[in-house]
Amino acid sequence: MATGTTRIWRGAGAIGGFVVITLLTFIGLMAITFFIGRVIPIDPVLAVVGDRATQEQYDAARAAMGLDQSLPVQFLHYIGDVFRGDLGRSVSTNRPVAEDLAVVFPATLEMATLGIIIGVAIGVPLGVWAAARQGTWIDQVIRVVALLGYSVPAFWLGLVGLAVFYAGLGWVAGPGRVDIFYEGLVEPRTGLMLVDAALAGDWEVFFNALDHLLLPAAILGFFSLAYIARMTRSFMLDQLGQEYVTTARVKGVPEWRVIWTHAFRPIRVPLITVIGLSYAALLEGSVMIETVFSWPGIGNYLTVALLNADMNAVLGATLVIGAVFILINRFSDVLYRILDPRSR
Amino acid sequence: MGTAKSWLLDDSPASRLQASLGRSYRMARMLMRNPLAVVGALILLTLLVTAAFAPWIAPYSPLGQDLGARLLPPSAAHWMGTDELGRDIFSRVVYGARITLMIVVLVAVIAAPLGLLIGAIAGYFGGWVDRLLMGLTDVFLSMPKLILALAFVAALGPGIENAIIAIAITSWPAYARIARAETLTFRNAEFIAATRLLGASHGRIIVRHVLPLCTSSMIVRVTLDMAGIILTAAGLGFLGLGAQPPLPEWGAMISRGRTFILDQWWVATMPGFAIIIVSLGFCFLGDGLRDVLDPKQGGKS
Repeated sequence: MATGTTRIWRGAGAIGGFVVITLLTFIGLMAITFFIGRVIPIDPVLAVVGDRATQEQYDAARAAMGLDQSLPVQFLHYIGDVFRGDLGRSVSTNRPVAEDLAVVFPATLEMATLGIIIGVAIGVPLGVWAAARQGTWIDQVIRVVALLGYSVPAFWLGLVGLAVFYAGLGWVAGPGRVDIFYEGLVEPRTGLMLVDAALAGDWEVFFNALDHLLLPAAILGFFSLAYIARMTRSFMLDQLGQEYVTTARVKGVPEWRVIWTHAFRPIRVPLITVIGLSYAALLEGSVMIETVFSWPGIGNYLTVALLNADMNAVLGATLVIGAVFILINRFSDVLYRILDPRSR
Repeated sequence: MGTAKSWLLDDSPASRLQASLGRSYRMARMLMRNPLAVVGALILLTLLVTAAFAPWIAPYSPLGQDLGARLLPPSAAHWMGTDELGRDIFSRVVYGARITLMIVVLVAVIAAPLGLLIGAIAGYFGGWVDRLLMGLTDVFLSMPKLILALAFVAALGPGIENAIIAIAITSWPAYARIARAETLTFRNAEFIAATRLLGASHGRIIVRHVLPLCTSSMIVRVTLDMAGIILTAAGLGFLGLGAQPPLPEWGAMISRGRTFILDQWWVATMPGFAIIIVSLGFCFLGDGLRDVLDPKQGGKS
């Protein structure tokens, strides 16, 4: 039997391992962005001094940027800069990349969070339903819907969604976060438009922002729904094949109780990992959706920077998305280990 | 017919060829019992035929402009309508099959052997080699693939070749993990020890005896991953980082149609259906192959 102290030790060990592995992965991520920044064919010095500079000016600028040092030293400087929050300056916005990212990130967070809520609220019941009706046409339909989540391009679904629900039916508002005349009305306290509007008590802005958010979030949610439903179904099938479920059925427990209390309870822990993974995937998927919906989030920032060859902004955004992605992955991994009764 | 069948199903094959043909035949028969897998195989067969015979299937040139016939809706003459330069969208979709097929084949040919080799070496040697290679694999695995591919393309410059390289760079780690796990299961098996006692070198053992045993799980995984690879390639094309105009790449075609989505919906919508159908084909076939080749995992999803 695990006593309280061993459980605490196990928790501490898990957190220690979590910190070490996460740090190593971060350094790996920085090594990749550093490497990408070095192989680009654009000469960063030339971009600063211009092509009319003399050799002396060029060399001086090169030394000032630290590019005359060896690669390992440059990498250490780069790590130091990143940990101090210095991601360089964006060429197109002429502001520090870190400041830009702080402005755009909440917009992505808002969309991804509503997306995952939609994905979990619909995906989990669908997966359970498919497993409970295994082999019937309901199961087949849910399986194909889930596979569509792996086969439909997000940007295409976004465009079709705009054409149908915005232009065709007029159910939702179009691209952007709010209508143009509502812009800048509420003071950005958290950067989350819904929260800011609610805090300011400005319900007109709140509902307008919700109107704009609904379609992109629902489309993002569809992709997490597909993954969550698929995984829920396979977890549930594992449980429903177990003998304790047969025992419960033989004892005359009603079917809904067999499914929701007996079979569903043990899969909650692995589901947390699945939800964590799909939340991280949503942050990534938002790149395409944001481009289609002109949503001023980090994905849109990244693609605009890509098209302008604004490398500091590209690498900064890559680093931040990568870091959040890794953090969510690691966190759900640790949570799984702490919650899973078999590891106690 | 009857003799050919009994030759294939012979329990004691006389040659290596007979044994492997017999195995393929049994698998094909098992696969045929799964209706979705058959649909998937038919879709991919259609893709192959379309790519091979594109000039005979397409009624118009994929690049020929006809400004008098701009943005025509789908009709008998133009099944999928025409785009903003009067090009027939159906013909472009047909030629686009070639590009999609090229992307899929090249990524598979680069990423799968790379991952296979890295995983097999890590699993076979163990120790610090394993720790180093798998550490590297884990770093790549915990990275968002699309974002990483975007950053690589940004560094290499836009274009279809660079998009393929970027996707391959981000796809190998999953294969390395599988190859390592497979290698570990028979690393200490007697047949490996026997081969080593016969004087075979490490390289020979890995290439001739370890890798062939990893291929079936690799085929399953690659097939299942293909949908994701097609979507990533199309996404890069959509962002203007993959195939460049006037190449009839499906993602880039959707990107061109974006401007007209509210009035001329067919320009962006039609290439999307092609992407969905081909990706679904790979998903269906991959699911079926997994049930046949990898029965341990079969019941799970």
